[in-house]
Amino acid sequence: MIFCMPSICLYFQVHQPMRIKKYRVFDIGKDHNYFNDSSFTALNNKNILEKVAKKAYLPANELLLDLLKKHKNFNFSFSFSGVFLEQLKKFNPALLKSFKALVKTGRVELLSETYYHSLSFFYSLPEFESQVELHDKEIFDLFNKRPQVFRNTELAYNNDLAYWADRKGYKAILAEGWDTILGWRSPNFIYEPNIGQAKKGKKRIKLLLKNYKLSDDIAFRFSEKRWKEWPLTAEKFTSWINRINGNGEIVNLFMDYETFGEHQWKEHGIFDFLKALPEKILEHKDNNFVTPSQAVEKYPVRDTVDVPYIVTWADSERDLSAWTGNNIQRSALKNVYELEQKVKKTNNKKLLDDWRKLQTSDHFYYMCTKWFSDGDVHKYFNPYESPYDAFISYMNVLNDFKLRLKEKSKGNCAGRIKIVE
Amino acid sequence: MVGWELPPLNSGGLGEACYGLAKALSKKGVTINFILPYNLNIKSDFMNIMYANEKVSGKKILGPYLTYSQWLKAVKSGSVGFHDYISQVLEYAENIKDLAKKERADIIHMHDWLTFPAGMMAQDVMSKPLVAHVHATEYDRSGGGFLNGNVFRIEKDGLERSDRIIPVGGRVGKTLVSKYGIDHKKINVVYNGVEDPQKPCITPALLNLKKLGYKIVLFLGRITLQKGPDYFVKAAKIVSDYYPKAVFVVTGSGDMQTQMICEATNLGVVDKFIFTGFLRGVEKDSIYQAADVYVMPSISEPFGITALEAVKNRTPVIVSKQSGVSEVLQNSLKVDFWDVEEMANKIIAVLKYKSLPKDLRRESVREIVNLTWDRSADEVLKVYKQLI
Repeated sequence: MIFCMPSICLYFQVHQPMRIKKYRVFDIGKDHNYFNDSSFTALNNKNILEKVAKKAYLPANELLLDLLKKHKNFNFSFSFSGVFLEQLKKFNPALLKSFKALVKTGRVELLSETYYHSLSFFYSLPEFESQVELHDKEIFDLFNKRPQVFRNTELAYNNDLAYWADRKGYKAILAEGWDTILGWRSPNFIYEPNIGQAKKGKKRIKLLLKNYKLSDDIAFRFSEKRWKEWPLTAEKFTSWINRINGNGEIVNLFMDYETFGEHQWKEHGIFDFLKALPEKILEHKDNNFVTPSQAVEKYPVRDTVDVPYIVTWADSERDLSAWTGNNIQRSALKNVYELEQKVKKTNNKKLLDDWRKLQTSDHFYYMCTKWFSDGDVHKYFNPYESPYDAFISYMNVLNDFKLRLKEKSKGNCAGRIKIVE
Repeated sequence: MVGWELPPLNSGGLGEACYGLAKALSKKGVTINFILPYNLNIKSDFMNIMYANEKVSGKKILGPYLTYSQWLKAVKSGSVGFHDYISQVLEYAENIKDLAKKERADIIHMHDWLTFPAGMMAQDVMSKPLVAHVHATEYDRSGGGFLNGNVFRIEKDGLERSDRIIPVGGRVGKTLVSKYGIDHKKINVVYNGVEDPQKPCITPALLNLKKLGYKIVLFLGRITLQKGPDYFVKAAKIVSDYYPKAVFVVTGSGDMQTQMICEATNLGVVDKFIFTGFLRGVEKDSIYQAADVYVMPSISEPFGITALEAVKNRTPVIVSKQSGVSEVLQNSLKVDFWDVEEMANKIIAVLKYKSLPKDLRRESVREIVNLTWDRSADEVLKVYKQLI
């Protein structure tokens, strides 16, 4: 038996939506700014970014930069949404600079996704492709990098998406290492999506699967005092990683970047944990860190994983039900996506941008009524008073948008636009 | 149990709540002697109904919801004698003495201030633990306006004397602590339950309106200051500007009905209003079922059982944040009673966006499955067990 310690592959999702302000029916036709809340509520995008920057992004960036300097074998990857970067440019250039400094080390890989953090792949392929192009262009403009690995919004994945990413030339794609797609197999290997044989001389795209148990130990359970492993230390976590030896080649730890300082607090020791982790892991000479594209270079494909249905990283269902599970969500999604042709016909940049910002998945997540009455994680992340309030503002905004669209479509043969749905 | 009224001779939620709770408790093996102030000739097959005064009262029994201003008005107009209001309550206490000497009880459970003097008297005689159920306080009834000092004093006495206090919602519980200085340790909140509707059937008149494409916005409750009828009219004005095919149905009666009609006339929307008067039973259920949305704009509402009745009849609800029911009904739309624009915004949204009432209906029905009198009775039993 070969004694082999697994590589650690870290990916942090960095995203803040452009939340829609409280928008009433009386505002329709009068107010065309949807994202400029200036109240003291959690709908104020500028305030939220400032708050999270202070609590999480800035201290985490500083810490990671130190760790990169200290440990030559340490590396990781980020995926930024375009709407996040847009807000950085507008509200917090200092934070953008600090992200740039990290990327400049050459040891931070940047992944590809949709600019608008949308689920457009499942609604319109041309729209999805435009959003990915926009995203990768923005990454190139800001960081001078061309992403080679794709990850979709909410880690939503199926065979079709893998097929698309393969055709586009991505080296790897990320997904949730969910038991139902893996069966008895472990997420700690490199897999191949079930999309048929590669053409001669061409390499097939590879699949990296999130080790959700170990990822969620950090992202969700870290501060949970009722958890039997609390308090989680870097030593303990490393011992779990080391235990994998021989039974895996790679441990994919995927999580929201807000884990560090926002979801898990500094006061509960999350930064101390992060600070100690690389050192503890690298104590073993055989251990190492890899970025997603290094991972697929380093390890062979061990098997094929078939995902005919959509798997995401959310909730115990790991499906899209957090975004599309109820009537209000489905009706909002239908209403926004059915405008595609009309919006594109206007050739109006502002309309196109607003329409796309209305596709950000968070808007629909806020309308989720699953376990709403039990007051769980959904409520925690909801800046609106209720899922219904989120829906009402969204639909009112959409009706204002339709009025603008109607105005711009005059003489454009865009056809009639129904205002009420 | 020391009560004031029971259905069908009730004027609102107090009698209904006492009835529902007593029935559920008796199913759990509690023997209930339910005391009423006068002979109201009510029959029950699950509890012993007793009258502090066996004679059928010649006088009009006052409803439990009079506010100080209403009382003053009644006194001035001569329809009620100056002391009738308090004197009926005190008379009840006087009359209960004999019963208390004759009957046995392990717990004395009284309901709101009208029964407090009688309850305290019963305790004087029987020396048993005293439980005060608070369905509303003087603060709720007066909507933050004039408090009746005598009523307040009776409430405070009764609450201080009680071994345990059961408010029907968390908000009213806080009022007991902040306004009456009650120790929070003897307060246990128990939410009310709600029964399933008897029969689903819609009244033809409203059905015809609906067939013409009109949407029905319902106000149901006593038309008094506490229930916020004036805010409903103001919201109705805004709604009809944006949604002309909305009709506003007002079910209930009360001292502000005239004012409500005047206000609607002034705002030019009186033609959009239908006043049905007080309804009960199947008729009440059918009006709930006809409604596209039920609005409860109460200024102060310890619980607000009507919101749950609406849900039971599969009607989406908008409730004021100043209500106890908003604590247990997450799948509703919530507004501050004074924010009539937001109230209108939400009414319009429910009428306009079809998926919204669909989800509100589905989720709220699912949510209140456990809000039964059976569960309330379990909670009350827990309180009893601490005392016996």
